[in-house]
Amino acid sequence: MSRREVTVASLAELHERGRIVVSIDGTELGLYSHAGEIRAWRNLCPHQGGPACQGKFLPRTIEVVDDAKRAAPGISSEHKSIVCPWHGFEFDVLTGRHVVDERVHLIAVPIRSQGDEVIVSI
Amino acid sequence: MAEPEPPAITELAEINGTSDSRDVLAHATVQAQQSYDDYFVVDIDAHVSEDHFWDEVLSLVDNDYWRDLGMTQFEGFGGKNALLNITPGMSQQSVGGRIGHQGRREPVAGVDGHPFVTAAGRGMDSMGLDYQVVFPSAMLLLGMHPQTEVEVALARAFNRWLTEVILPQDPRLKGMLYLPYNTPEACEELVERYADNDDIIGYTVCSTRNNPVHSDVYLRLYSLIQDSGKPLAFHSGYHWGDPSFAQLNRFLSMHALSFTHYNQIHVTNWIINAMPERFPTIKMLWVESGLAWIPFLMQRLDHEVLMRPSEAPGLTRLPSEYMKEMWYTTQPMERTDMELLEATMKSFNAETQLLYSSDWPHWDWDAPSTITNLPFLSEHAKRNILGLNAARLFNLPTERVKPSAASVLDARPGRS
Ligand code: FES
Repeated sequence: MSRREVTVASLAELHERGRIVVSIDGTELGLYSHAGEIRAWRNLCPHQGGPACQGKFLPRTIEVVDDAKRAAPGISSEHKSIVCPWHGFEFDVLTGRHVVDERVHLIAVPIRSQGDEVIVSI
Repeated sequence: MAEPEPPAITELAEINGTSDSRDVLAHATVQAQQSYDDYFVVDIDAHVSEDHFWDEVLSLVDNDYWRDLGMTQFEGFGGKNALLNITPGMSQQSVGGRIGHQGRREPVAGVDGHPFVTAAGRGMDSMGLDYQVVFPSAMLLLGMHPQTEVEVALARAFNRWLTEVILPQDPRLKGMLYLPYNTPEACEELVERYADNDDIIGYTVCSTRNNPVHSDVYLRLYSLIQDSGKPLAFHSGYHWGDPSFAQLNRFLSMHALSFTHYNQIHVTNWIINAMPERFPTIKMLWVESGLAWIPFLMQRLDHEVLMRPSEAPGLTRLPSEYMKEMWYTTQPMERTDMELLEATMKSFNAETQLLYSSDWPHWDWDAPSTITNLPFLSEHAKRNILGLNAARLFNLPTERVKPSAASVLDARPGRS
């Protein structure tokens, strides 16, 4: 079937809420706003097919290493993760790739904005 | 030309700890509809947790002193950890709340019946299960409880709650009797008391403990279990207080090693002390250690026994041969390397010895699709692992008792 474009949300609302998950005629996807960029990913986890976009959307945990090579976990002010609610796989919101194994990734959905409209191609 | 229909757009809510199971698991229901709706499926290990109903269990403690103490704790600082040896601050299963179904609370307002049964039923329907075996959750560490009489009191109470309150409400739910293994005579009494209960299809020892399974104190218990024809399951777990694991600084590390550790110890003792020769028809089932440890232990023990047969004089075959006659459950099934998994499954004849388990709703649960999606298994093997091996081991009827996946999808709230 050929792709079609669908207007799914207002850009201002997406920027404000950060994440909106929708079903469009049964096709589920998550729309995201982060660092001024927008993305859309299929709501389907590469692990066991869970609803990846319906879990937490939060800052990535990072290893903070000081000059003496001491390490401690910290919270990134830059990167955010899409966390699958079924088992916790974490994907970078901008690349859709698992934060440890880049070969594991979400499926991208073409997204663009026009005026205040967010339009996806499904 | 007619205008195309405008698309139907609905918003899906975030899944959290109080989402309806049918919504949380809707993708699993779709998987069932697409690939295994006509399979007979049995889930050997699920944990719709008794700790949410802990006051009901405590109220059935038969010793007045422990019941009073437990209820006082329950109403005070102990809550659902009353009398238990769980360390709440070290219970990090949900990964800081990222995996919301760990410790979830099913929304059941307005639904008749026990909330446990409602939650379990929704989970079973959503995953396309015909039967589900309920294991305790909060009691998984009781084997390390220093007050052995507390283990006995809670075991008796839990078994009563399971057989009198829960199992009679849903014939698709089955139970394994909790055995307070630190007190063998109490185990014997329980096995004898519940011998004729059809809802009890086996016996559970929670593996997280330091009892040598070959000890003579268990011989009468094993005879009773062997005579019953019902399997004896060792359900693994963790214990961060175990000195070796105290070296590990992350829950991930401790969890990865401890679940395989306890069952490896027990299998090793069971075999090296020739228990399969002494109890040749007892059915041994090893639960929740995944699969990767099995070929490791087979090869390791074979290697040692060939060099030191005088230390295992009761054996007439190699350890791996005995291990091929035991049963194992799938979850958490390691599958990042398909070739390794295929070899692992071959090593212990998974086609006849492996039983699907979900571990739902724990954080590392496995959907039935983890089996149907394996590229190297025949359909026959998939059907065996998902249900027919369990039917043979537990004498379960194989007629379909679950609703269709389509009807489950129709009935779900659809909020998330
Ligand atoms: S299905 Fe997403 S983490 Fe498992």
